[in-house]
Amino acid sequence: MVWYIVRRFLQLIPVFLGATLLVYFLVFSLPGDATAAICGERGCTPAVVAGLREQYNLDQPFWIQYLLYLKGVLTFDLGTNFSGRPIATIIAEVFPTTAKLAIMALVIEAVFGIVFGLIAGLRKGRIFDSSVLVLSLIVIAVPIFVLGFLMQFLIGVKLQWTNPTVSGDATFTELLLPAVVLGLVSFAYVLRLTRTSIIENVNADYVRTATAKGLSRRRVVVVHVLRNSLIPVVTFLGADLGALMGGAIVTEGIFNVNGVGNTLYRAVLNGDGPMVVSIVTFLILIFCLANLLVDLLYAWLDPRIRYA
Amino acid sequence: MRFTRTSKMLSVAALAALSLSACGGGSSESGTTSGTTGSTDAVIVVDGSEPQNPLIPTSTNEVGGGEILDLIFAGLVSYDADGKPQNEMAESIETEDAQNYTIKLKEGKTFSNGDPVTASSFVNAWNYGAAAKNAQLASYFFESIEGYDEASAEGSTVETMSGLTVVDDTTFTVKLSQPESDWPLRLGYSAFFPLPDSALEDPAAFGENPIGNGPYKFASEGAWQHNQQIELVPNEEYEGPQAAQNAGVTFKIYQNDTTAYQDLISDNLDVLKTIPTSDIKNFKNDLGERSIESPYAGNQTIAIPYYLPNWDGEAGKLRRQALSMAINRDEITEVIFNNGRTPAKDFTAPVLDGYDENLPGSENLEYNPDEAKKLWAEAEKLEPYDESQPLTIGYNADKGDHKTWVEAVVNNIKNNLGIEISGKPYATFKEARTEATEETLTGALRAGWQADYPSLYNFLGPIYATGAGSNDARYSNPEFDQQLTDGLAASSVEEGNEAMNKAQEQLLEDLPAIPLWYQVAQGGWSNNVDNVEFGWNGVPLYYAITGK
Repeated sequence: MVWYIVRRFLQLIPVFLGATLLVYFLVFSLPGDATAAICGERGCTPAVVAGLREQYNLDQPFWIQYLLYLKGVLTFDLGTNFSGRPIATIIAEVFPTTAKLAIMALVIEAVFGIVFGLIAGLRKGRIFDSSVLVLSLIVIAVPIFVLGFLMQFLIGVKLQWTNPTVSGDATFTELLLPAVVLGLVSFAYVLRLTRTSIIENVNADYVRTATAKGLSRRRVVVVHVLRNSLIPVVTFLGADLGALMGGAIVTEGIFNVNGVGNTLYRAVLNGDGPMVVSIVTFLILIFCLANLLVDLLYAWLDPRIRYA
Repeated sequence: MRFTRTSKMLSVAALAALSLSACGGGSSESGTTSGTTGSTDAVIVVDGSEPQNPLIPTSTNEVGGGEILDLIFAGLVSYDADGKPQNEMAESIETEDAQNYTIKLKEGKTFSNGDPVTASSFVNAWNYGAAAKNAQLASYFFESIEGYDEASAEGSTVETMSGLTVVDDTTFTVKLSQPESDWPLRLGYSAFFPLPDSALEDPAAFGENPIGNGPYKFASEGAWQHNQQIELVPNEEYEGPQAAQNAGVTFKIYQNDTTAYQDLISDNLDVLKTIPTSDIKNFKNDLGERSIESPYAGNQTIAIPYYLPNWDGEAGKLRRQALSMAINRDEITEVIFNNGRTPAKDFTAPVLDGYDENLPGSENLEYNPDEAKKLWAEAEKLEPYDESQPLTIGYNADKGDHKTWVEAVVNNIKNNLGIEISGKPYATFKEARTEATEETLTGALRAGWQADYPSLYNFLGPIYATGAGSNDARYSNPEFDQQLTDGLAASSVEEGNEAMNKAQEQLLEDLPAIPLWYQVAQGGWSNNVDNVEFGWNGVPLYYAITGK
């Protein structure tokens, strides 16, 4: 087990190198000169442009730029973005907010998705099941920015239950609304996955055995049916955690959340290479870790799965 | 003042509403009809955007940082609501030949940390801004000063401009490399602000926690919470025309206007200076008395590069005129912008001193489809239009909503002239700028200009003079250049304006760019504030805003 985890960690190294190289190359190949974004509509004098290019290594060929960046990463210096601020500081500023938001969204979608999915699965074909199915279909079909603006307008502006936007402190109550919006679509998927999985397992032989053994209905459902039905759900949630950490650009934009998504969006627009690469790499690492966590959860959910 | 047009019925209703709200326990004296009184102990929350650079005056070239600098610094002069310069730090700015200036400072002015504002505070700041080794984005603002070329040349180690001389603590002289009568007008722009000595010792640290001499100062160290908010409080050291009428201004940073608008209509934001495009049609309904439309010194044009085949020479000139006359500006400003823009009559903007809407040649900017067809046909006789390379109108799709109006202009031209033409979106602003700088544009490019300082020259020199920094069209006309130089050398601002307008007649004939419309700031405020007015540059006069 320990060896398995070590091996998975070692696998992160080539993933890291490959990802940074690829992303750096993509940003490098973006059309337009990065100094043009810094200089704005008025433009700069050639001397200023030359100064900027030197400052950000833009006068170097691609390989040198990339190696200089790698050297920075290995010495724990991510460099500065085009506004002259240390990238590490920026990530440290925005990441906690996004993490808070992602975990809240994940909890909301997991708890509600699994509970609703469980009930719907056990009562297949009944009124609750059908209405939940129709509702989830609607949620999946409506684009997230429509959901976002709609909920912001109804709950934030009309009913005034909460502020329409999130302040710099990003408190729990402020983040609740964006977390619900963010979790809503995944909630529908979790619900549907759980439901299908439950329906499949409810008629399985081991469930009949458990019931025949005289176990309570509650124990049969929770320990035998649900636990075995959770594997596809956990796979989905693991992947979703990575995606949520990546910052939902749309949701963060609507609710003015100062998170990873918004930061990444701005960096891409400005062609801020080091910034984009740092954030994306950071996200890739989180994604890999979330995946590892999921794999370990498999073994716990289904004892037949063993790692060596 | 904005209540003057209010009908009686509305004032009665407003009074009724105010007396009702007074029952809620508020004892403060509310502005009723005159709108001049209000609570001065309110902190005003306004929308801002993240400053893109450290908050050093010469490092800043965009609005987000500019409007903060304008509050925490005061230059030699500042501009009032109409763009008239008024003395701030300057006691007097004197010249006899428009080339040699003697600047006297007021005694006893200090920065918010207590340091005195001296002649060196200005001279050192300007030298820092111009020197190439500091790579300051706004360095070109000093180009008129003698010695700028040496200090700003690539790789130069010269750190001072020879035209600047400190005479004593409160006096310095400036020598320009040529006479420029409108030079004093520029001195209210942020690049010309003074800096305390501590700024130049560690610019990076200063840019995070700037210390200025303006009506406001940072509320504390670290008041700039990046991408979230910037908290300003009144600076007690400041005395002058922009004294704060409130207990502070907090800039809340928004990623987009749509979000800010939701905060405005739920009273979580006090002032919004740009209404999002999606709400242009209903903001007056939503806000009523709390909305404003205020023209400011900015315009929108379409620059057509001369290096494109078909668009140079005599035929090119005819085509440009035809294009201009084929655009129905009145209809587009009405239908698309809900009258939030004013059709252009020249290359500058109406709020400026010296503006004239009846310049000879301005008929080229009027909608006249028949004449347009005729001109196009004449051009065809000289040189047939190359249909394989139809004209495109480029715009950046990442910021500002340009697509709608570009498509409208394209349709106007297509319908009236019957030629192939299309809009061309650029994914990012920088992509479009790079092509413009490198002269690789394959079509026209939309260009917005917002004045740095209230002067006609600011709309002409930097954009249409030969070799100028923002001359995207690569227009070059010796006669026009000469008229500009003459205008700058004029002995008075009035004479200068006359010469500038003379130069504009040349532009109206040549049309290096096609002026479309003047900008109008569309903004609004919440139920919590009063006395909101927008200045000549479309930025609210933050210091004058009061609570209710």
